[in-house]
Amino acid sequence: MTTITLNVNKQTHTLEVLPWVSLLDALRDRLKLTGTKKGCDHGQCGACTVLCDGTRILSCLSLAVMKNGSEITTVEGIADGDALHPLQKAFIEHDAFQCGYCTPGQICSAIGMLAEGKARTRDEVKELMSGNLCRCGANTGIIDAIMEVKEGGGRE
Amino acid sequence: MFIAGGTNLVDLWKYNLLHPKLVVDINHLPEHRRITELEDGGLRLGALVSNADTAYHPLVESRYPLLSKAILAGASAQIRNMATNGGNLLQRTRCYYFYDADVPCNKRVPGSGCPAMDGYNRIHAILGASGECIAVFPSDMCVALAALEAVVNVSGKNGGRRIPFADFHRLPGDSPEIDNILQHGELITSIDLPEKGFAQNYSYLKLRDRHSYAFALVSVATALELEGDTIRDARIALGGVAHKPWRVREAEAVLVGKKADEAAFTAAAEVLLTGAVGLKYNAFKIELAKRAIVRNGMMALHPETQLPGAQPSA
Repeated sequence: MTTITLNVNKQTHTLEVLPWVSLLDALRDRLKLTGTKKGCDHGQCGACTVLCDGTRILSCLSLAVMKNGSEITTVEGIADGDALHPLQKAFIEHDAFQCGYCTPGQICSAIGMLAEGKARTRDEVKELMSGNLCRCGANTGIIDAIMEVKEGGGRE
Repeated sequence: MFIAGGTNLVDLWKYNLLHPKLVVDINHLPEHRRITELEDGGLRLGALVSNADTAYHPLVESRYPLLSKAILAGASAQIRNMATNGGNLLQRTRCYYFYDADVPCNKRVPGSGCPAMDGYNRIHAILGASGECIAVFPSDMCVALAALEAVVNVSGKNGGRRIPFADFHRLPGDSPEIDNILQHGELITSIDLPEKGFAQNYSYLKLRDRHSYAFALVSVATALELEGDTIRDARIALGGVAHKPWRVREAEAVLVGKKADEAAFTAAAEVLLTGAVGLKYNAFKIELAKRAIVRNGMMALHPETQLPGAQPSA
């Protein structure tokens, strides 16, 4: 067991983990933050996307012990109290989900993508969001929602 | 065993393909976490710099745009944020039989057999394969590094050494379990790019079964030095076709002094694919590679038309 400290959604947690525990399992099973989803658990679907020190990463392929001291943001940490994050609002307005399983990863990934500032066009947004799969086929709504926030200069 | 980004190692571990006794996190080596200019005009890419930070680095974008494009054609944004330059060179094949611990595989268990030979071998090698293994090396970044003639800097207990990119990865032969010439205990510290970056005429084309976030069936990195419309120097490297990035100097020599047109690239493509062997499901890749070489040669004349994800353009 190794003792690590994670700052998750602006709260500091100290926990003991075995070295092979993924960040995803630490978040879900130890900190009970089940908003972050386990889809494929192999880095193929993007459902487990979280922000680590502001950068979007896959929590399923990250070892919790290697994130000791990091600041993690999950979908539970992006709203301001009861005020939804602009992307959360836009996802609702654009019907950007059906089952909702990929949504936390989509939204965290989109926050990371907008912060990276590399996507200029809709095609570039699609390319830079391709690591997040939606099996319901809500992709058009997802990209619409992201484009609205991107063009609207919403809070990132 | 060393771990940096972990994007491949952790995955192999979960698939029950890798059973490391000791894993050492090497992320806390700041000297390998930066990109620096070299005195000879080249650029040194630290092994621990992420693929994303490399692709978007201003000096890589301006002087080695071929490398930038190739990196951005690979994996997903999240994986590129995690994966490191050193790790990109060391990723394992995505052959589905290699990834299935319940079936034989000469790369995983030497001598156990190769179900891909008579199996579903759509993604497999058409060049440089052996009777033991037909797996392909999956990297996009390495295809550009091969074309740019990068050098891999390695550190080990007997000191350091510099490995020309063409020598780093190996063909399967009768020991497909060995992907490259790195010795036990050696660590990649950086990758050096020579001064010549072919920033004027270059293109990376990646053909795959899915529009984005899929490994290449065939990819091509093309770099040209032109004088008017005459080719002065040329590099072509192929991905997705062999156990290492595939480069044939004779094919590049065919282009030198020629007008940059479809006829010249067609002639070069024939030389590049010399000796190609198709199996039951992958024979289409021979013609696909030839056409991709011609298409990408023409795209390199107008690099500004390159689309996100290295899609066909122009």
